[in-house]
Amino acid sequence: MSLLPLTFLFPLAGTLIISLSRGRLSPRAGAVVGVTSVGLAALVAAWVIWQFLAGGREAVDMTLWTWVAVGDFQPTIGLRLDGLSLTMTGIITGVGFLIHLFAAWYMQGEAGVTRFYAYMNLFVFSMMLLVLGDNMLLLYLGWEGVGLCSYLLIGYYYETAANGWAAFKAFIITRLGDVFLAIGLFMMFRELGTLNIVELLARAPEVWSEGAWQAQVAALLILGGALGKSAQLPLHTWLADAMAGPTPVSALIHAATMVTAGVYLVARMHGIFELAPNVLYLVGVIGALTLLMAGFAALAQTDIKRVLAYSTMSQIGYMFLALGAGAYHAAIFHLMTHAFFKALLFLSAGSVIVSCHHEQDMRRLGGLWRRLPLAYIGFVVGGAALSALPLVTAGYYSKDEILWQELAAGDNGLLLAGLVGALLTSLYTLRLIIGTFHGEMKSDNARHAEPGRGLVHGLPLVVLSVLATFLGAWIHPPLEGVLPQGAGAGDHGMAHTVVAIVASATSVAGILIALWLFFKRWDWLAERVQSGWEARLWWFWNQAWGFDIAYDWLFVRPYRGLTRLLRRDIIDRILLLPAWLAWGLHRGLSRTQTGKLRLYAGTMAAGATLILIVLVLGG
Amino acid sequence: MTLLWLILIPFIGGLLCWQGERYGGMAPRWIALATMLIELLITLGLWFQGEYHLPGAGTASDAVRWSMEWQVPWIPRFGISVHLALDGLSLVLIALTGFLGMLAVLCSWNEIVKRVGFFHLNLLWILGGVVGVFLSIDLFLFFFFWEMMLVPMYFLIALWGHSGSEGRTRIRAATKFFIYTQASGLLMLVSILGLVFAHHANTGEYSFEYATLMQTPLSDNVAMWLMLGFFVAFAVKLPVVPVHGWLPDAHAQAPTAGSVDLAGILLKTAAYGMLRFALPLFPEASQAFAPVAMTLGLIGIFYGAVLACGQQDVKRLIAYTSIAHMGFVLIGIYAGTELALQGVVLMMVAHAFSAAGLFILSGQLYERLFTRDMREMGGLWGRTGSLPGFSLCFVAASLGMPGTANFLGEFLILFGSFPVAPWTVAIASFGFLLAAVYALLLMQRVYFGPPKAEGLFADLDRREYLMMLSLLGLVLLFGLYPQPLLDTTSAAMGEVERLFTAVSQSSTLLTGAP
Repeated sequence: MSLLPLTFLFPLAGTLIISLSRGRLSPRAGAVVGVTSVGLAALVAAWVIWQFLAGGREAVDMTLWTWVAVGDFQPTIGLRLDGLSLTMTGIITGVGFLIHLFAAWYMQGEAGVTRFYAYMNLFVFSMMLLVLGDNMLLLYLGWEGVGLCSYLLIGYYYETAANGWAAFKAFIITRLGDVFLAIGLFMMFRELGTLNIVELLARAPEVWSEGAWQAQVAALLILGGALGKSAQLPLHTWLADAMAGPTPVSALIHAATMVTAGVYLVARMHGIFELAPNVLYLVGVIGALTLLMAGFAALAQTDIKRVLAYSTMSQIGYMFLALGAGAYHAAIFHLMTHAFFKALLFLSAGSVIVSCHHEQDMRRLGGLWRRLPLAYIGFVVGGAALSALPLVTAGYYSKDEILWQELAAGDNGLLLAGLVGALLTSLYTLRLIIGTFHGEMKSDNARHAEPGRGLVHGLPLVVLSVLATFLGAWIHPPLEGVLPQGAGAGDHGMAHTVVAIVASATSVAGILIALWLFFKRWDWLAERVQSGWEARLWWFWNQAWGFDIAYDWLFVRPYRGLTRLLRRDIIDRILLLPAWLAWGLHRGLSRTQTGKLRLYAGTMAAGATLILIVLVLGG
Repeated sequence: MTLLWLILIPFIGGLLCWQGERYGGMAPRWIALATMLIELLITLGLWFQGEYHLPGAGTASDAVRWSMEWQVPWIPRFGISVHLALDGLSLVLIALTGFLGMLAVLCSWNEIVKRVGFFHLNLLWILGGVVGVFLSIDLFLFFFFWEMMLVPMYFLIALWGHSGSEGRTRIRAATKFFIYTQASGLLMLVSILGLVFAHHANTGEYSFEYATLMQTPLSDNVAMWLMLGFFVAFAVKLPVVPVHGWLPDAHAQAPTAGSVDLAGILLKTAAYGMLRFALPLFPEASQAFAPVAMTLGLIGIFYGAVLACGQQDVKRLIAYTSIAHMGFVLIGIYAGTELALQGVVLMMVAHAFSAAGLFILSGQLYERLFTRDMREMGGLWGRTGSLPGFSLCFVAASLGMPGTANFLGEFLILFGSFPVAPWTVAIASFGFLLAAVYALLLMQRVYFGPPKAEGLFADLDRREYLMMLSLLGLVLLFGLYPQPLLDTTSAAMGEVERLFTAVSQSSTLLTGAP
């Protein structure tokens, strides 16, 4: 267990080596350092996990040093390894290593690529601190750290200004959430007198009664942070633009790990949410709304990465749905399976993109299945898991669990949303696969596709493909005793079977409809959305319900107007009035000094006369 | 005697630099560097030897306890003496002065080419004046040093400054700076004299002694007016919106070393003044004034941040961010809890490092591009060696990225202020959002986007690289292990808290009684 810090110290070392080398490392050496550091971290993590499972599954605390000590305020640099952080550690280092490995193939030949590995390693470091931190301040450190890395990696291709702005947007919107989380920390520290997570959860029920306003406010503030990071309504607009980053980044940060940090946070702070049932319900509602909103938006995208981005939003919506029903196990289970199959989908997409000379628009792809068999298999396996194909895929088991818990919790409306979402998922997934791999090749880039070769390219895809099947669902996060199980735990009666059958039927029906629609009716559909109300609907969904436009008018433009208005520092101008006044008087008076004797004599006489008149009249 | 030497060394060093110019342009630089190094080493020596950890003042009777003291009479008739004293707070700030002084010398290594000797005379005399401010606890002497540090700063801006865009000349910026600080200093003098006369009326004796004047009983009204005199002087220097107008001009026009000193040290004298004088001398009045001061802090945070977003000159942008950061400091000071005050100390140190870093970087950019206008930059990431990487780190510090000392400073302030003023803190937290906006706008405009031209600029040389690396190292060190610093100042800050909160309890008793 004493090896635990190495899980984040290796990646940190990678970052330091690369950044202190000042560009002297060759791209190849940079890749070796970057991949090896995460590989070593993964090995250590495997050892730690094995020890944990073989041992008594007891939570381990490890305090490295006291960060700050002022009076009662004594947050530490301390780690806590329990079932939840263990699960996250496994995902971050395991999936993270596979993605780093794939990145070595994806990024080869790009200029300045060492910078990429420095950022990626820094990300793994921050993410590990996020999940291992035993107090909220250290969690916040990781929380902001992953945000910074996300910013840097979205804007990695900095020479295109739009990428920089996409990164900017991602950072600012998530930071809005972070501000709420920060206020939540201030409040919890005042009310509960500690920032240690275990103590917080223990003390909250002692200080706050269920439904107390302080608990509600605290839960809302935490939720604010989670919504920003996990791209849920209404702070979701950054994720689709975040696809500007290299595809391995999208796989690691914007699918498998960072965006699910919000789910982790809510699960971690479940004790606060249990005291605020209304807020917990709100979590579920937001999840439901997001999964529907994003599902429709995914239907109307042409960029394959944007389809996957909206799909991620939608799947995290499922996790929030589960959290809202108090089914924390189901949420984390889905987090894990989603990390497997979404990483697979993104890496396969990356494979397609590089093979097709950086073409990622479905309108210019198509017919690739014969030419790119490995990527095709990745898409099919990942897509099947995403649309929860019954029994054989990992996604089926986790999603089924969520829907069942929804029923057990009695939220029929949310259950319905989940089912509709399942239908949508099948539709957009099949549309994505058929649009990319079937039909005719629609551009020269597609016609001259060169399949990826080598172990570095193939291994991650194969391993993730295996994990995306039912084999992945055999991995069971050891969450007992860490998180409450939810209303439907252990109950596998008739009702559960019914939900499973209904969910399977929905998913299969969706797949069948999609197969018919997109194989037989692709051209017809394409024609329909050219004009009329269908075109407007398409546009509306393509713009993801117009949030960006609304935010632009509501926030961005007014703020820019304000900065333009104040640019010249109005307050300073006002305070300079005396100076201008003195200046003006000076100019006026000095003008009277003309040096003309006649003028002086005249004004003197006039002045004397004036005084005399005043004296005479006054006297 | 050591304390006197701490003040004298920069002044003597300055004179040597001036005369040393006869032996070539490099002599003053090396002399100045050695001077500040000696200053820093003495301070560090004091730090390791002295005892600052103990809660110095336990009892009310023994109100002020210093780690070191030195006193000789100066004008006995009016009770004025040269009285120097050192506690944890002044020690930390003097160490900061020594370190930033070295950086100021180093960053002008290539920038300043004319009248090198006189430049370093001014630079060192500013620092000497600042050290005097941090050490004096005779109010007359304090005022003396307070005014004394302005004159060399004026020359620094007026003689070696850049002429800015849009008709802003360096002479005007220097004059504006001088008039603002001079006029506000006058108010402080009036307040000091008022306090002395009030003490004279009570006891029949003149005294400018800090410990003596603290005991002076004052009516609420008088205390409020006198406190305001001090506050205005410090508010101009901090600066607090609306009296911030000199800062952007002075920063934009000053040479890099001047900006480093201004942002790193001179602004801190204001916060120091509040902590040392305004709060302890007038605790009741300060307590009553706290809501106003905190509101001013809030306004500063947002006004500074919004204006920073609208700037095109890199240095003006950084100047406005200073105003925003000092808003946090003001809130922390007037919250007056130990946590918040310790946050203020950390924030002062952190801001000194990060602002100095950003100003030095913009100086280095200027030496390569010969412009500070961001409209002419863009796409510099791959073309300027290690510069963008360092910029990124200091920009991250400026926006309060955890792991940096700035984060801890701001968070300690907000954690400490929340129990006192929850709404203020909640609103101030949104300053983090705007901080991200202006900080990333800087990155976007300067480093991202399509390159404006072909070719590479010179990478940082060893001197530049080491400067930045040491600053960055300190920012991270105090961001992850600030305890040595906090332990040093805990006694001093605990004392301020005790004075400040004792009042709030007694005043509630008083108001409760009738």
